[in-house]
Amino acid sequence: MDPVFFYTFAVLAVISAVLVVWNPLARNTVTNAMFLVVTMLSISGLFVLLQAFFMAAVQVIVYAGAVMVLFLFVIMLLDIQAEKKRRLRLGGLISGISLSVATVLIFRNALFAEGGADETTGSMVFEGSTSALGKQLFTQYLLPFEIISVLLLVAMLGVILLSKKELK
Amino acid sequence: MTLQDILIATAKIVAFVGLVLPMIAYSVVAERRISAAIQDRIGPNRVGPFGLLQPLADGLKFLLKEDFTPNYVRKAYFWMAPALTMIPSFVVFAVIPFGSSLFGEKMVIADLNVGILFTFAIVSLSVYGIVLAGYASNSKYPFLGGIRSSAQMISYEIAMGMSVIPVFMLTSDPQFYATGLSEAWTTFLAGTADLNLSRIIAYQSGSLFDWMIFKQPLAFLIFLVAAFAETNRLPFDLPESETELVAGYHTEYSSMKFALFFLGEYAAMIAASALMVVLFLGGWTLPFWGLDEPASNLFTGLLHIAIFIGKLGIFMVFFIWIRWTLPRFRYDQLMNLGWKRFLPLALANIIVTAVWLWFRS
Repeated sequence: MDPVFFYTFAVLAVISAVLVVWNPLARNTVTNAMFLVVTMLSISGLFVLLQAFFMAAVQVIVYAGAVMVLFLFVIMLLDIQAEKKRRLRLGGLISGISLSVATVLIFRNALFAEGGADETTGSMVFEGSTSALGKQLFTQYLLPFEIISVLLLVAMLGVILLSKKELK
Repeated sequence: MTLQDILIATAKIVAFVGLVLPMIAYSVVAERRISAAIQDRIGPNRVGPFGLLQPLADGLKFLLKEDFTPNYVRKAYFWMAPALTMIPSFVVFAVIPFGSSLFGEKMVIADLNVGILFTFAIVSLSVYGIVLAGYASNSKYPFLGGIRSSAQMISYEIAMGMSVIPVFMLTSDPQFYATGLSEAWTTFLAGTADLNLSRIIAYQSGSLFDWMIFKQPLAFLIFLVAAFAETNRLPFDLPESETELVAGYHTEYSSMKFALFFLGEYAAMIAASALMVVLFLGGWTLPFWGLDEPASNLFTGLLHIAIFIGKLGIFMVFFIWIRWTLPRFRYDQLMNLGWKRFLPLALANIIVTAVWLWFRS
């Protein structure tokens, strides 16, 4: 049963991820955003198959729910007509490809690792209690956790700055 | 997962849908009868005794009406939106414990250890149906309704999520589960973790004043108001406010597609009420007559389900009563209330609870 679910979710995630950036049937930014929701939900399904129920639920709350904001961004701030006319640009292509290569390099250890994953830590953090995860975040991983929160704050300030046309 | 597990899960799902669908149908009747009583009218009383067969007549009418699709709409989204409104409201029921146990089976479809997070995940998806309906209709009023709904639901989701944190701070008390519970409860809760909804019920089963509504009244108030905003009910029905937006996001819909929006709203109300019963009113327990423990026989099992539905009914009547009592908020008032009042209050509530727990330990 598990492989069937795995391949369903994996194929769905990859196909809809491709459709987010390149959709041959429709150049509609809202459609792209909706495919992003499908990708996020499929990834959440993969988390469930890994018994990581907490991660699955958080994946939906944080990512799938938040695509709604992107959706609004598309409708209210983006010039949809100009977006439809836009063609593929060389600079975008090069930066995109180099970014994906860099990501693969970062994850190469995980991708080409020998043997199975370390199941003890995995089940402790994911499957076990949420409080175990919380303790880890606030003790061992406190610094990265706080740095990420600062990053989010910066992103939020940036959005306010960009969306406010004239500053007082 | 064996065949038997799948069969049991299927049977539970069928039973739950069989329970929830009539509840939706009759909450519509209740809405019409109570609104009539409040406005000093009689209300629908022609079909069947006391108008009890009204849902059948309504259903038939929805099926027979012309299903009209305006030709300027975005077809795919126009068809998808009603289903996307209906589905999340039903999926939430999967983790809600409706009763203790019947025939040794827990009366919950999926006894998830992250139950509360699951409900919030699904609720965060329920906004898509309404916004897509607004977008797909491709006309002014539905569009405004959809945009309003998105901002409203995102805002109140935050207040709602923050308001339940103190509840879980109190209930994730390992000592209580180790010593404070009877044997029936201990076996019932075996294998559950902090965020499981049955645990919340166990924590509140001791006495009336263990109910979270008394221990965390502020959390309850915020959650209740946020539930009104999340289900788009008056006084927060800005997405469909008929005096300014015709019918808001479902203006262009007719026949069964409209019915799905309509019923989706009631399903969401029932889901929100069920969640409030579990979180704040002690779920299916009553603190006397031995009803505070998981059932050991068929009669108590059924009684627990009846208690749950009874408590849920109180919230449904409250939802309806408020609708016919309060006028609609203005949009800026709604946003001010959510962001400037409830969010700081919920955060303060978390800190106060944390300080209290720290003193006590």
